Amino acid sequence: MKTICLYFQVHQPMRLKRYRFFNIGNDHYYYDDYLNESIMHKVANKCYLPANKLLLQLIKEYGTNFKVTFSISGIAMDQFRLYAPEVLDSFKKLAETGCVEFLAETYSHSLVAFKNDEEFRKQVELHTDRIKEFLNVEPKVFRGTELIYSDEIGAKVFDMGFPIVVTEGAKHIMGWKSSNFLYCNAINPKQKVLLRNYELSDDLAFRFSNQSWAEYPLTAEKYVGWISEALENGETANLFLDYETFGEHQSKESGIFDFLKHFPKEVLKKTSFKFATPSEIAEKLQPVSAVSVPHPISWADEERDLTAWLGNDLQEDAFNKLYSLTERIQKCEDKKILIDWKYLQSSDHFYYMSTKVFSDGEVHSYFNPFDSPYDAYINYMNILSDFIIRLNSAVPENQKDQELATLAAIIFDKNKQIEKYEAEILKLKKGPLKTTSSKATKKTVTTKPPSKTVAKKAPAKAKTSKTVQPKTATKKKTTAKKAAATKKAKTK
Amino acid sequence: MKVLMFGWEFPPHISGGLGTACYGLTKGLYTVGDVEILFVVPKAFGDEDHKIVRLIGANEISLGSSIRNYESFLRKISFIEIKSNILPYATPEEYEAAIDFARSEGKELVYTKMGQKFDFSGGYGANLFQEISNYAVVAGQIASQFDFDIIHAHDWLTYPAGMAAKAVSGKPLVVHVHATDFDRSGGSVNPGVYDIERRGMHAADKVITVSNLTKNIVINNYGIDPEKVTTVYNAVEPSKTIETLKAEKGINDKIVTFLGRVTLQKGPEYFIEAAYSVLQKMSNVRFVMAGSGELLTRMIHRVAALKIGDRVHFTGFLKGDQVQEMFDLSDVYVMPSVSEPFGISPLEAMQSNVPVIISRQSGVSEILQNAIKLDFWDIDAMADAIYGILNYPGLEKHFRQHGKEEVNNLKWDSAATHVKEIYQTLI
Repeated sequence: MKTICLYFQVHQPMRLKRYRFFNIGNDHYYYDDYLNESIMHKVANKCYLPANKLLLQLIKEYGTNFKVTFSISGIAMDQFRLYAPEVLDSFKKLAETGCVEFLAETYSHSLVAFKNDEEFRKQVELHTDRIKEFLNVEPKVFRGTELIYSDEIGAKVFDMGFPIVVTEGAKHIMGWKSSNFLYCNAINPKQKVLLRNYELSDDLAFRFSNQSWAEYPLTAEKYVGWISEALENGETANLFLDYETFGEHQSKESGIFDFLKHFPKEVLKKTSFKFATPSEIAEKLQPVSAVSVPHPISWADEERDLTAWLGNDLQEDAFNKLYSLTERIQKCEDKKILIDWKYLQSSDHFYYMSTKVFSDGEVHSYFNPFDSPYDAYINYMNILSDFIIRLNSAVPENQKDQELATLAAIIFDKNKQIEKYEAEILKLKKGPLKTTSSKATKKTVTTKPPSKTVAKKAPAKAKTSKTVQPKTATKKKTTAKKAAATKKAKTK
Repeated sequence: MKVLMFGWEFPPHISGGLGTACYGLTKGLYTVGDVEILFVVPKAFGDEDHKIVRLIGANEISLGSSIRNYESFLRKISFIEIKSNILPYATPEEYEAAIDFARSEGKELVYTKMGQKFDFSGGYGANLFQEISNYAVVAGQIASQFDFDIIHAHDWLTYPAGMAAKAVSGKPLVVHVHATDFDRSGGSVNPGVYDIERRGMHAADKVITVSNLTKNIVINNYGIDPEKVTTVYNAVEPSKTIETLKAEKGINDKIVTFLGRVTLQKGPEYFIEAAYSVLQKMSNVRFVMAGSGELLTRMIHRVAALKIGDRVHFTGFLKGDQVQEMFDLSDVYVMPSVSEPFGISPLEAMQSNVPVIISRQSGVSEILQNAIKLDFWDIDAMADAIYGILNYPGLEKHFRQHGKEEVNNLKWDSAATHVKEIYQTLI
């Protein structure tokens, strides 16, 4: 059986506002609400809503014969909730048909896979949870941000419970091989790999409305003819696109919706091909061989590698700086900080810093709020500087951390001592023995002053930095309370 | 083909971009080959670089022109110097002031504000315009005595000379616009200067502008047919292969540099305001304003009023090696020009591996990629860019790697080839 896999990526980053260096330390809100909301409205009205409506119609018309697949980033879902909840509803309707598969990815549409395994796993889990929560389906197939994949990443996600991944059928990886088959991971052959047919996919994504293209205009009939040719010696045609292709990159006037409307009809009428989702394909087809991807690939630009995000010094610097915080983030429990951490990781921020803008301009400048990669870098680094200041106060750097911990321990000990003495005082007050009581008061007199200062210091510190690591903070609070209580007791 | 070129300044007496550009272009035309140049300049000093140019004998020329003969070297370019009091960059007001000063002091040598030296030994011109027309008379005489195919005049002071030469010889005229009075005056255009510029451009068969920015000014403000105007970007001499000893920094602070004439056109006040903004957040940084000009005292007052005098330094006009030294010490170079037809100095900074911030209102921003571009009035953006380069290592690293390479690819040879093509359309 031969299959066609239609898969669409849905993602919108949280775009950052213009953040100058004099905002550092003063302004802790980083996002351009107006821009994000207006882009979301625009894309929702031009693409997500009409396209979802059309897909729902098609599914109603063809039933289980028509299937599509989506990946929706966590950040996109957050923005749907904020700005266009009706889009989320329409995806939910699609999910309910059972003809739509949703893929797993990192919540933040991030490149964390190259930095920290634990953080990577966490982000994927978080994304899976969100998909379950909003759409009531469980993703079983993994796709890396912008189809980023390597043997190693594949093996990692297999261990996370994803036996199937999708990625780019990059020319330099495939060589003479065809992407129209199912492959398996070179490190872990149990994992199945679906590869994008970039020629057929890009015909729609980039060339569809190009009037100087020799094949213009592209009809569903012609396109299905090409698929038939491709599948003469192949088993699956994997068409992976940005969802924004429909109505946004290719305008409604270009006829892209009509194309989408007629495409399943044409396939089901004239061919024996079946629409299938990645997990169905992995079940039905046998992997023909292993595909070896020692160096990461993606679906971006001509090079199909990571250089769109990590190709110059600006990007490397920002990326490394961000992930140098991972360890402390793992200790952090401040919710606001953790939300910003999610949004700051989005690969788009690094994409805007690409100096390839000069050559691959058009794609890079799409939705790009910055005039130049330098602007993007400076802005991001300013925000990161503020973020680091906040993180520093929430999770002090090691030395300070230790100092605080030891101080807290001292307070704790002293408190215990005070309690002990208090108990003794009470005991002595009850008992009429004079000699021992005078001894006890002497003792309390000597211990009083330090306990007081400690008690005063602790709440003051807790106030100035809300900041202190939660555990120590709670400790301090309790010690402070206790100290206050003892004080009261004493004044009584 | 033979070109009669009315140019300016030759090394080592270069006071600004115009001289550098004339020299570079002439050298480029020589390298491209098949072009003979008769180079005419107002009174030179005698110790110019004669490798490229040769002074030829022309005793017939009056008005105190001095001519020498250099047989030894390259014969392609002939060099004529004319004793004249005109100098580039001077506004008529500046010129009057300079002459008055010379008269009252009884001195023969005067240093202008730009450090440009000029000679008053032969009688004073009544005013600058008189001097220009005197120069044009000489140009006419030269045109009648020499043989050439094309006339090329650089900037307004030589346009009348170019026109005179054209009238005498009937040969086609190319005027090269390095700046217009709209750039120099910041809007309050001198009608006399404008008139000469306009007549020169209209009389010309072709107008070469140094950027599209200037091209638009020429088309819109001087009413020149767009067909007649072509942009030829300036270039830069490749940096010397022998690395001279780098100047040692005596302090640990970062240095941010403004280098240029302190005039309205160059936007020095925006630099000071941005400096103030950066200094609110950073202490280990110093700002240097290198250059002099009519706004210098105002800038010093402003710095004092902002109470940042201990962090902003004024060096006055820098010459030759001092410029290189300044670049060596700099961590960021800023050119906030309000209106800069081209702007060669950022290229020199980039050759010294200094990251540059330039205004979008400069011609050079049309061709540079490895530079931060912003609007001259956007002080926040400027301060942010300065802070960014000083604090985030990615930018410095990126610019150090790619800036020099980009600049070294801007060659005078290609500019000269372009100019030669323009000549060919006229012959």
